[in-house]
Amino acid sequence: MSKELIRLRDVCMAFDDELVLDHLNLYFNDKEFLTLLGPSGCGKTTTLRIIGGFATPTSGDVLFDGVRINDVPPYKRQINTVFQKYALFPHLNVFENIAFGLRMQKRPDPNDPTGKRMVKIPEEEIRERVMEMLEVISLKGFEHRKPDALSGGQQQRVAIARALVNRPKVLLLDEPLAALDLKLRKDMQIELKRIQQQVGITFIYVTHDQEEALTMSDTIVVMDKGTIQQIGTPEDIYNEPKNAFVADFIGESNIIDGVMLRDKCVKMYGREFPCLDGGFAENEPVDVVIRPEDIDIVPVEQGQLVGTVTNVTFKGMQYDIIVDFKGFKWLIQTTDHSPVGSRIGIKIDPDGIHIMKKSQYSGMFGDYSSFSEEYDELDDASLAPDEEESGDEE
Amino acid sequence: MKNKLSRLTIPYVIWMALFVVAPIIMVVIYAFSSADGGFTLSNFAKMGTYAVVFTRSFKLAIIATIICLAIGYPVSYIMSKEGPRFQRIAMVLIMLPMWMNFLLRTYSWMSILENNGLLNQLFQKIGLIALYNSIFGTDLQFFRMINTQGAVVLGMVYNYLPFMILPIYSVIVKMDNSLIEAARDLGANSVNVFRRVILPLSLPGVLSGITMVFVPSVSTFAISKMLGGGTELLLGDLIEQQFLGGAYNPQLGAAISLVMMIIVVICMVVMNRFGEGEEQAVMM
Repeated sequence: MSKELIRLRDVCMAFDDELVLDHLNLYFNDKEFLTLLGPSGCGKTTTLRIIGGFATPTSGDVLFDGVRINDVPPYKRQINTVFQKYALFPHLNVFENIAFGLRMQKRPDPNDPTGKRMVKIPEEEIRERVMEMLEVISLKGFEHRKPDALSGGQQQRVAIARALVNRPKVLLLDEPLAALDLKLRKDMQIELKRIQQQVGITFIYVTHDQEEALTMSDTIVVMDKGTIQQIGTPEDIYNEPKNAFVADFIGESNIIDGVMLRDKCVKMYGREFPCLDGGFAENEPVDVVIRPEDIDIVPVEQGQLVGTVTNVTFKGMQYDIIVDFKGFKWLIQTTDHSPVGSRIGIKIDPDGIHIMKKSQYSGMFGDYSSFSEEYDELDDASLAPDEEESGDEE
Repeated sequence: MKNKLSRLTIPYVIWMALFVVAPIIMVVIYAFSSADGGFTLSNFAKMGTYAVVFTRSFKLAIIATIICLAIGYPVSYIMSKEGPRFQRIAMVLIMLPMWMNFLLRTYSWMSILENNGLLNQLFQKIGLIALYNSIFGTDLQFFRMINTQGAVVLGMVYNYLPFMILPIYSVIVKMDNSLIEAARDLGANSVNVFRRVILPLSLPGVLSGITMVFVPSVSTFAISKMLGGGTELLLGDLIEQQFLGGAYNPQLGAAISLVMMIIVVICMVVMNRFGEGEEQAVMM
């Protein structure tokens, strides 16, 4: 159904001596909502800038509809961008901001039989298309306002309209919601998804916010250190993370060292657990992912494992409790309160256990020993706009 | 808190009152006074006599401002696109002449432009004057450069150019690069990026640059005296003569000053109007 629109082939990007993208291979389908997800400095913004034409890859090819476009300047690409800080023109009002792209366009004169003479888009059509866009973003009546007289969310929508009015085949969005507050961000996530379905074009979205990615995307590409860690649907990425990095970056995970005894049986803490995964070598060391919501608290005598509660945080919908199992701390999300210091047993269903091959990330994530700090970091990350490699190639 | 801080401005307010407001009031009073102290409009009646000086002053100041803009804008623009090291060095080079006394700088131009000054000696050495003579059939010993309007304009441009570069540069260098990227993304080629984004956004810098060059140029007297040799009388010279020179007549001097001031203020108001309507003006 959907056909391939953009392909990155063996793309490398180096700033000075630092390799920002390491042999990236990736394709984007028509009409798809694809998210590049990763922490600061993972190369996701650079990837976007390469597609937009603002950066030229050190090596490798960028193909658009099968044609190499490495050297095509941004203004000749059928791609438009929504910038992180909107980049609305402060000297132009909302109407003129949206009309900007249309005023730049020239197309063959319909009255010229040779079809060679180029003319500007007539003023009536510009007016019509801008008004139509204003309707799409629900900002009718704002056309004479200057950008600085708009709220953050309104500016955001104008930036989207300014890009979409050109009817691009692809819209690039660089952390467009990073500067908005939480409530507005949630509204805009739904709004963006609606707009994407309404106009029916490819959206390539860059974010470090996993929740945003899960909410909106058809496909998520998880990146770290300039390489792709995993590509998949939001469900795949969440339920079947490929390695410890993905498991930790998407949602909360306990990641425990284990040994795969045989198919559908993994050993942790010297105990065998039934699971659903297979295809590993006998006695292969693996990383075991257990999501905090997949763990049931049971009386001590019925528990597969027994541990001590060291911390309880009330989160509204659930309690986050930290449980110490032989020095390794797990995060468990439960609706039942267990007091600090109490001994509890836990039980994990086979479908709550996900087995991953060992990777360079093994042992780096999934331990909640430094529980409180980790939460602080997460909060900071979701608030601070992504200040990553902004390689000015001017 | 606010009151405590605002008290700090008191010395400045006193300073302003003593050295800015009071003199302006005195100029106005003098301009409407006769030599014996009575009220009169006769000072302004004489203004027609000096129309030629007014025209010449404004003409030279406008030429100097246009040249400063023509040099200053590209310099500022190119500078802002270079690396920080280049920008720092360029900035020092632009500021360097300002660390020397204005009169000294202008004196040195005298010795450069003189009939047997540095430039003419150079032209002689490389045979430029001989070449000129053979082409045009003239018999020049030197090019007459000093004591011309051209020399006066050169002096103005040389002295006031930094005042054009600095405000334009500081506006362009602060411009958000993503605005330029956005324009390119929306289909603007380099010419359109400049015409529709960079130029309108740098207009405030251009306007203050024009103000800072035009106003001192129009009222200068040292430059015209030293490089124009007093033959090309400018407003500044005229006013100076009324107060310090042989034609002692402070009432007339004040009247000329007042008229000049009013014309300059009108020019600035019109300019700033133009600045406010920038989209219409530039977007046409």
